[in-house]
Amino acid sequence: MSTINLGSIEKIPIGQGICFNVDGAEIAVFRQRDGKLFATQNRCPHKQGPLSEGVAGGGKVICPLHAHKFDLATGAGSEPHECVKTYAVCEQDGSIHLSL
Amino acid sequence: MNNPKPKLVVIGNGMAGARVVEEILKRARGQFDIVMFGAEPYGNYNRILLSNVLNGSQQAADIFMNPLAWYSENGIKLHAGVKATRIDRERKVVIGTPLKKEAPAYAVDAAAMPEAAVIEETYDHVIIATGSRPFVPPMEGFGGAGTFLFRTIDDCDQIAEYAKTCKKAAVIGGGLLGLEAARGLMTHGVEVTVLEAAPQLMIAQLDAEAGQMLRGTIEGMGIAVMCEKITTKIVRVDGRIARLDFKDGSTLATDMVVISAGIRPIAEIAGASGLSVNKGIVCDDQMRTSDRHIFAVGECVEHRGRIYGLVDPIWEQANVLADVLTGLNPKAEYLGSKLGTKLKVMGVELASMGETKPSLPDDEVVIYREPSRGVYKKLIVRENKIAGAILLGEIDTAGVLMQMFMADTVVSARRADLLFGTATGAPVLSVFDLPDHAQICNCNGVSKGAIKEAIQIGKCHSVSKVGGCTKAGLGCGSCKSLVAQLIEAYAGEVTEDPSEHYYVPGVPLEKSQLVAEIKRLGLKSVSAVFRELGGGKEDPGSKVGLASLLKTLWPGEYEDERDARFINDRVHANIQKDGTFSVVPRIYGGVTTPDELRRIADVAVKYNVPMVKFTGGQRLDLLGVKKDDLPKMWKDLGIPSGHAYTKGFRTCKSCVGTDFCRYGVGDSIALAQKIERRFQGVESPHKMKLATAGCPRNCSEAYVKDLGAVAIEGGLWEIYIGGAAGGSVRKGDLLCTVKTHDEVLTLMGRFMQYYREHGKYLERTYHFVERFGIETLRKIIVEDSEGIATRLDAGIQQAVDAYKDPWKEAELPAYPAQFSAPELAHALAVAENNG
Ligand SMILES: Cc1cc2nc3c(=O)[nH]c(=O)nc-3n(C[C@H](O)[C@H](O)[C@H](O)COP(=O)(O)OP(=O)(O)OC[C@H]3O[C@@H](n4cnc5c(N)ncnc54)[C@H](O)[C@@H]3O)c2cc1C
Ligand code: HEM
Ligand code: SF4
Ligand code: FES
Repeated sequence: MSTINLGSIEKIPIGQGICFNVDGAEIAVFRQRDGKLFATQNRCPHKQGPLSEGVAGGGKVICPLHAHKFDLATGAGSEPHECVKTYAVCEQDGSIHLSL
Repeated sequence: MNNPKPKLVVIGNGMAGARVVEEILKRARGQFDIVMFGAEPYGNYNRILLSNVLNGSQQAADIFMNPLAWYSENGIKLHAGVKATRIDRERKVVIGTPLKKEAPAYAVDAAAMPEAAVIEETYDHVIIATGSRPFVPPMEGFGGAGTFLFRTIDDCDQIAEYAKTCKKAAVIGGGLLGLEAARGLMTHGVEVTVLEAAPQLMIAQLDAEAGQMLRGTIEGMGIAVMCEKITTKIVRVDGRIARLDFKDGSTLATDMVVISAGIRPIAEIAGASGLSVNKGIVCDDQMRTSDRHIFAVGECVEHRGRIYGLVDPIWEQANVLADVLTGLNPKAEYLGSKLGTKLKVMGVELASMGETKPSLPDDEVVIYREPSRGVYKKLIVRENKIAGAILLGEIDTAGVLMQMFMADTVVSARRADLLFGTATGAPVLSVFDLPDHAQICNCNGVSKGAIKEAIQIGKCHSVSKVGGCTKAGLGCGSCKSLVAQLIEAYAGEVTEDPSEHYYVPGVPLEKSQLVAEIKRLGLKSVSAVFRELGGGKEDPGSKVGLASLLKTLWPGEYEDERDARFINDRVHANIQKDGTFSVVPRIYGGVTTPDELRRIADVAVKYNVPMVKFTGGQRLDLLGVKKDDLPKMWKDLGIPSGHAYTKGFRTCKSCVGTDFCRYGVGDSIALAQKIERRFQGVESPHKMKLATAGCPRNCSEAYVKDLGAVAIEGGLWEIYIGGAAGGSVRKGDLLCTVKTHDEVLTLMGRFMQYYREHGKYLERTYHFVERFGIETLRKIIVEDSEGIATRLDAGIQQAVDAYKDPWKEAELPAYPAQFSAPELAHALAVAENNG
């Protein structure tokens, strides 16, 4: 397992997510208003909507394209047979540390 | 496999066929191998709701009760689109052939596919549930383009499609279905005339006086009614329908005809197979035909000389048949049904049951009439029981009356209670007293017992939860009050279902309460609302709705937390299916200049825009733009945002009006430009698309816009509200007629503000206007009946003043990553590698 420093936490607007392209893999990192960080695959399993552009909060994100919902901690989806990959992510000294 | 199971073949996959199979599965899942033939190429849908499909209040997809998956999940083999033609009783096989797609499922000579293989299914038992077909009274010229019946989803589609090409439509038949068809047609923008052969409407369910009163109500809705008209001929000119000729020598001009003049059982298959058929397929009290292995159920049945045309009796038949076939109660008997109905025409409240006139000397008749409100109530009491009742215009007690009528309950000595409820508010009939088998929801055949179980065991404490669990209340909806009473009786009180009344799911308050609390606590941001009113829990599904509300409530003061915006409003562009965006610059009133066009073209070239397209709103759309190009393009364009992404004012289309058009009577271009300059950027519960037309030819389609202004002779402007021409199509309602552009701007603004304050989140104006009614809105907005006009005008002015072109954020992003592309991070950035 490797940990990547994605840089300052301030890059992510509070309450939103942004997308990182980590060696070709798109990973969405969310910064919740209560300070919690979450990371998931960026592309929605439904039709590849960018989850980083979705509305997030309360540990969930809503895909901007067709509003399927995903649990940011477990990756579980609102529709049967749909889930997303999640990654461990945390903040250390003001930077985002992502574990792959 | 060991002993094969007995095989059951069901012919007809409509409401009766599918229901009887459901009842059988409920009693003995796995007892039979089940095969079904259905002439319609679908699963089973709720035919009753076709009226809603035609009037646009429901989509065809919403009315399916048994979609195709249901059959496979339950191990049922369905031959969809296959018509059974004969039962070979010697060999015990049912024979069928696939139908051509365009053949109506109920046609007598429905065209079979010529080369289609014959399908054979052996059987142990057969159930015939072929239903009925519309009856066409003898007349010349029926059939072919422009003539329709009203029975299937396909009929609905074809009627709606054809109505688009018509101005006038005639409905032959003024019964329950004819009126529902007429109301449905009206929503397609045609002038409708109902033609009835009898001297009154709904002769089967109403007495003459109620028929007359109903006629007034129907005419008041804009549907013309002609009674005692017998059509003899449909006359065509150049291949298109031009008029109808009547027996009395008169005529009526029309472009299309829908016939709804009664039904006839589909019994050919029984006849062809040698079963006894009279008016319908003759059945005994166990629903058995003249062959003991063959049963029938539904509208194709004749039982004790009667044929039924409503679902209620069918459910009773299906229950009996399922009891008999599964052996649960081989002696179960169907003894005939009592009939009660409710008219499902938007804007007409009407319920009728049993007899319409007294027939025995001791029958007691109670009548209440209030013509000014169109209210008529009649009760026929025989031996202290209800023999019949008619409720028109006000039907609060209909549910209870129907129960008492069906159950032969002895009624209260004070008859008035039956028509108006008791003076003390105590229930006329205690739901406790109903037996468990009493049917509460007649549309879906749900008994009190089933509802009680859902309440007590399933813990469904709201009307919609009970509906989700049992289907009760999901048909015509008239039993909802009884369901509520049952919840009260068995669970103490009715829980309102959050999703029904809350403004957003995550904050348990209705809009008015929510607004009051937000104002009282002075909450100006979405996170503050969650903190104070949402139990401290953030709900992503509620953020956007709250943001829209707060922005309306606190113009200028709203604390705009960008994470509460939908992506389109974060980046002021529409997200596309591939994650790219579109750029739509504002083009006021659809009028542009060569210089603007040149800049748009230059930008499209410079940023490799894959597609440039005219929008439906008279402007240009640059599609397929990368997020990080957005601000650069806006700067280069130097045109404000067209807000093609917001829930709010979108655009105002115009026609060429007086400037160039030879028909124009009003300056539609100047008006459109004024409207667009004034209201650009104003947010609302859902989008608002506008148009102005220079004359009633309506080239800019102003009649079907959220707000529209149409110039008419005499230098006047008509203002329409609540029109729609998207997934739903609705002609707007005329709000008022005014003289000047300024008056148009004022009244449009006032309506917008009222809609902003009272609309539910994501409620389009066409629902909003229907919910309040045009009369009410006219009083408030034009006549200022509530004295709030000044406040509304000030409110919209504030929103107008708060306008800032969001594309100015190109210069100064609202936050650093607003327009960033995905950030690259790779192996170089690895801080530590702990293997
Ligand atoms: C627009 C509309 C509104 C209505 N509103 C109400 C209402 O408010 N309340 C009410 O109680 N009732 C209402 N009704 C009546 C109700 O829909 C019918 O009573 C009910 O659908 C009858 O059920 P059924 O199964 O007998 O017939 P159907 O539902 O017609 O089903 C019969 C099916 O069998 C198929 N079929 C026929 N012959 C063959 C064959 N040889 N082989 C294979 N398949 C075959 C037919 O295509 C059809 O799909 C309404 C009907 C319509 C059309
Ligand atoms: C002399 C009068 C008229 C003029 C000058 C005129 C002009 C135009 C023009 C230039 C267009 C745009 C065509 C295009 O985009 O390719 C148009 C579209 C249209 N016209 Fe006319 N027209 C006239 C009369 C009518 C009438 C009488 C009707 C209706 C009864 C009508 C209905 C329409 C409709 C529905 C459109 C399409 C609108 C849209 O795409 O949004 N026109 N008209
Ligand atoms: S609506 Fe009337 S004025 Fe406007 S372009 Fe059409 S015909 Fe001319
Ligand atoms: S792509 Fe995510 S919901 Fe459709």
